[in-house]
Amino acid sequence: MAEHFKPVKYRAWEMSLEERFKEVYPPLTQREAEAEANRCLYCYDAPCMVACPTHIDIPTFIKKIGTGNVKGSARTILESNLMGATCARVCPVDVLCEGSCVLREEKPIAIGRLQRYATDYANEREIRFFEKGKPNGKKVAVIGAGPAGLSCAGELAKTGFDVTVFEKRTWAGGLSTYGIVVFREPVEVSLREVKMIQDLGVQVKCGVEIGKDIDFDEIMSEFDAVFVSIGLGRVPQMEIPGEDAEGVLDGLDFIEETKVDRLDKIDVGQRVCIIGAGNTAIDCATIARRLGSERVTMIYRRSEAEMPAYYFEYQFALKEGVSFMFLTQPIEVIKNARGQVEGLKCVRMDLGQPDASGRRSPVRVPDSEFVVPCDRVIKAIGQNKPKDFMDILAPLGVQQAKGYIAVDPATNRTGNQKIYAGGDCVRSFGEASTVMAVQDGKIAAKAIARELVSIEGENK
Amino acid sequence: MVDLSIDFAGIKSPNPFWLASAPPTNSGYQIQKAFDQGWGGAVWKTVGAPVLNVCNRYGTMDYKGSKIIGLNNVELISDRPIEINLREMRETKRLFPNNAVIASVMVESKKEAWQEIIKQIQDTGVDGFELNFGCPHGMSERGMGSAMGQVPEYTCMVTDWVMDVAEIPVIVKLTPNVTDIVHPARAAVKGRASAVSLINTINSIMGVDVDTFEIQPNVGGKGGHGGYAGPAVKPIALHLLSAIGADKEFAQAGIPISGMGGIETWRDAVQFMLLGSTSVQVCTAVMHWGFRIVEDMIEGMSNWMQDKGFERCSDFIGKSLPRISNFGDFDLGFQSVARIDHDKCIQCNLCYIACNDAAHQCIDLTSMQLSEKTLQNGRPWPVVREADCVGCDLCSRVCPVDDCIEMVEIDTGRPHISWNQLVAQKPEVLEWDKMEEYRKQANIVIH
Ligand SMILES: Cc1cc2nc3c(=O)[nH]c(=O)nc-3n(C[C@H](O)[C@H](O)[C@H](O)COP(=O)(O)OP(=O)(O)OC[C@H]3O[C@@H](n4cnc5c(N)ncnc54)[C@H](O)[C@@H]3O)c2cc1C
Ligand SMILES: Cc1cc2nc3c(=O)[nH]c(=O)nc-3n(C[C@H](O)[C@H](O)[C@H](O)COP(=O)(O)O)c2cc1C
Repeated sequence: MAEHFKPVKYRAWEMSLEERFKEVYPPLTQREAEAEANRCLYCYDAPCMVACPTHIDIPTFIKKIGTGNVKGSARTILESNLMGATCARVCPVDVLCEGSCVLREEKPIAIGRLQRYATDYANEREIRFFEKGKPNGKKVAVIGAGPAGLSCAGELAKTGFDVTVFEKRTWAGGLSTYGIVVFREPVEVSLREVKMIQDLGVQVKCGVEIGKDIDFDEIMSEFDAVFVSIGLGRVPQMEIPGEDAEGVLDGLDFIEETKVDRLDKIDVGQRVCIIGAGNTAIDCATIARRLGSERVTMIYRRSEAEMPAYYFEYQFALKEGVSFMFLTQPIEVIKNARGQVEGLKCVRMDLGQPDASGRRSPVRVPDSEFVVPCDRVIKAIGQNKPKDFMDILAPLGVQQAKGYIAVDPATNRTGNQKIYAGGDCVRSFGEASTVMAVQDGKIAAKAIARELVSIEGENK
Repeated sequence: MVDLSIDFAGIKSPNPFWLASAPPTNSGYQIQKAFDQGWGGAVWKTVGAPVLNVCNRYGTMDYKGSKIIGLNNVELISDRPIEINLREMRETKRLFPNNAVIASVMVESKKEAWQEIIKQIQDTGVDGFELNFGCPHGMSERGMGSAMGQVPEYTCMVTDWVMDVAEIPVIVKLTPNVTDIVHPARAAVKGRASAVSLINTINSIMGVDVDTFEIQPNVGGKGGHGGYAGPAVKPIALHLLSAIGADKEFAQAGIPISGMGGIETWRDAVQFMLLGSTSVQVCTAVMHWGFRIVEDMIEGMSNWMQDKGFERCSDFIGKSLPRISNFGDFDLGFQSVARIDHDKCIQCNLCYIACNDAAHQCIDLTSMQLSEKTLQNGRPWPVVREADCVGCDLCSRVCPVDDCIEMVEIDTGRPHISWNQLVAQKPEVLEWDKMEEYRKQANIVIH
């Protein structure tokens, strides 16, 4: 590593590779947790609860940490959100619960970290709060074992459904297992949640892709209802010359490597260009830095003001020594004779008239091409919409909205009576997040129960 | 510059801050160190009858992350041989002639025993005595400490024995473990005491360990009542202090009071002095933080005196005492209502739920468009229905924001009359129907 690229005070590089990929925030000690819990005002009709998409009773769970009833605290959390341990780590709390805390001007309560304290307490001791409900004889298939699917499956099992989850990957958990950077959520946390859902009697069948290994029709005939929670696809093509070069990576594949492979086996390169400026792009950039890349540059065609990443993610990237090139559009990947990436040709941009989204659209500055020398290009410009699956669903009466599966927000039901959907694959507007996927699963589970076991007063 | 020095029944002290008789005053080493750091006086750890201490002497009341808001102990009086204590008293007085050194004493209830030890200690040159009639554990079972302080006749008798031989001022330290503190205080006066001090510790059991079922503090599997002190006892101490301060018979004697119980800051000290303490004593706060806290106490009190225009302590000692009054003399016409400052309100709505569940249901949650803040989160605001507010003040007590809820005085036209005056003028209000009539006439609505 060229010494002159090594920033003087980049703490991460003073740690071992393993340490760099430990959770960024250490767990709270009992003393810290109790002190923070006692700072909570225990608001009446608290705004944090309203801001949480799953409406966790936050003041109550925090109060319980304060009284030393940590087990009860975890129950309060999981009652509203079975993926409480994941959400504690990945939720954009600044714009949700903590952002609405009445103490936000001063210093909001560290709700996320307290939630992690309580859920970890229960997980580490394998405390189980819920049981499989009395069997009601109905079978539901869940397609995709991400947060949406697992949440739906768990809630249904609690009310007595016989639930089978089909997952095409080796492990369940969806992006919590494969996509959330490991220093935010270790894989074990996600897998422990999967185990908790399985302990409710849910069958999780991994390595089974619906539409390929099993036909969707077969599922439709065998089950009383289907919940589709397949998430989104890989990163789309940029459609620029040279994109096939060796060293051009899909951002999701790159993140996945750091979650499931040995860190010292990963060759990230010394000069990395990241294309995009969303949260996934930031994740790729910070991982590259922690793997040891000297220079990581994020390339974004609009300006800082338009970047879609959360502000705190942007700040984190800056702290990690990531550099940003705004108003810059990649137009070609330059290859060497062996077909490997050698540089990224870009063009300068300017902001023009506002487009449909209200953001000023970037226009090229004539004759401003230049090349950023690099040995890796990581694409993080979004995820493919569920087109293939839409093709399967469309003939069954399922509608689409901007390429996503269309659902009724009150029930998460699609145009087909038997088919429900939730999570990223229905998120046609707004920022996709784990907690919203979890809530979708809950809403669908409630609606399915109402529909299939319409016993008076039950499951309302 | 203000003058902090005091003259306490003839005992001179450079400032009113004394260490109470307790572990911080166990030895000459400690007291001399404390004087170096600014303490004006010290009451030596009680000397007297031979004792044996036990292990695990303390239990604490910790509250939401704050340690030791209350401290319980089952410690006895000094367990050091009396000769050592006497030698160190003499030495301390020689090294610090300008500081107040007071010897606390407790022996069995025998005239000879008391008179002999008084004479023995007097010889060391200390400035005064404090008679420990307050220790509520260990010593009381042996007929000493609070066993004496709880019987006014004994208090008077022993004080009298001591006064026969004492050539220096004698302070009688009172126990709070009585139904009416005024009686032992009057007994001390009757026994010719030069001053009184209060409070000693309060009988208490700190708690039970819910895992082991042991009592706290745990002495080898057993536990029992001990003496409670520290910040939590301050309101009790202030009450007992003001009770004797306001007693006419006690006041006539014109003897000074040394107040203690929960003093930790200059602010606490000022409050004790406003209610009639000439000197103040501190134990728990020093056990928690060390002697160094006195620096801020001295400076804080001096600054406050300067701000208020007081030149010496006597300018404000007892200043708030005349306000101590009986319920029957309070003004029934004094009316206040809660006003919420919505610019400061953070919408925690704790006032709403407190009023609704535990007071008089006169705060509503209302959608108001007060500022851009409201538009953003759309949460309702707490709004007081003033016509229904009884002015109980609970809402402002639970509000976590400084000066957000203010109790403002309003004039409802109610007559300014006290309960005592009312029942003297209209004894018939003691019947419900007449009371109702009076309320109507006086514009008092209760719902
Ligand atoms: C890099 C990255 C970082 C993120 N960071 C955050 C964050 O910090 N905070 C946050 O809240 N959100 C974050 N998100 C978003 C969050 O991960 C998603 O919103 C959430 O995982 C959506 O859950 P889901 O269940 O809808 O989909 P997924 O988690 O994508 O799960 C879908 C599952 O379905 C499976 N599947 C797909 N098709 C089939 C099929 N035909 N048959 C069987 N199985 C199938 C997939 O293999 C996958 O396991 C991030 C996303 C990415 C990509
Ligand atoms: C551990 C401990 C030991 C004490 N020992 C004595 C004592 O020997 N003699 C005495 O008169 N008071 C004794 N006290 C009572 C204190 O002098 C004082 O009256 C009481 O603690 C209240 O003051 P504080 O709230 O500042 O602690 C003791 C108190 C404590 C906490």
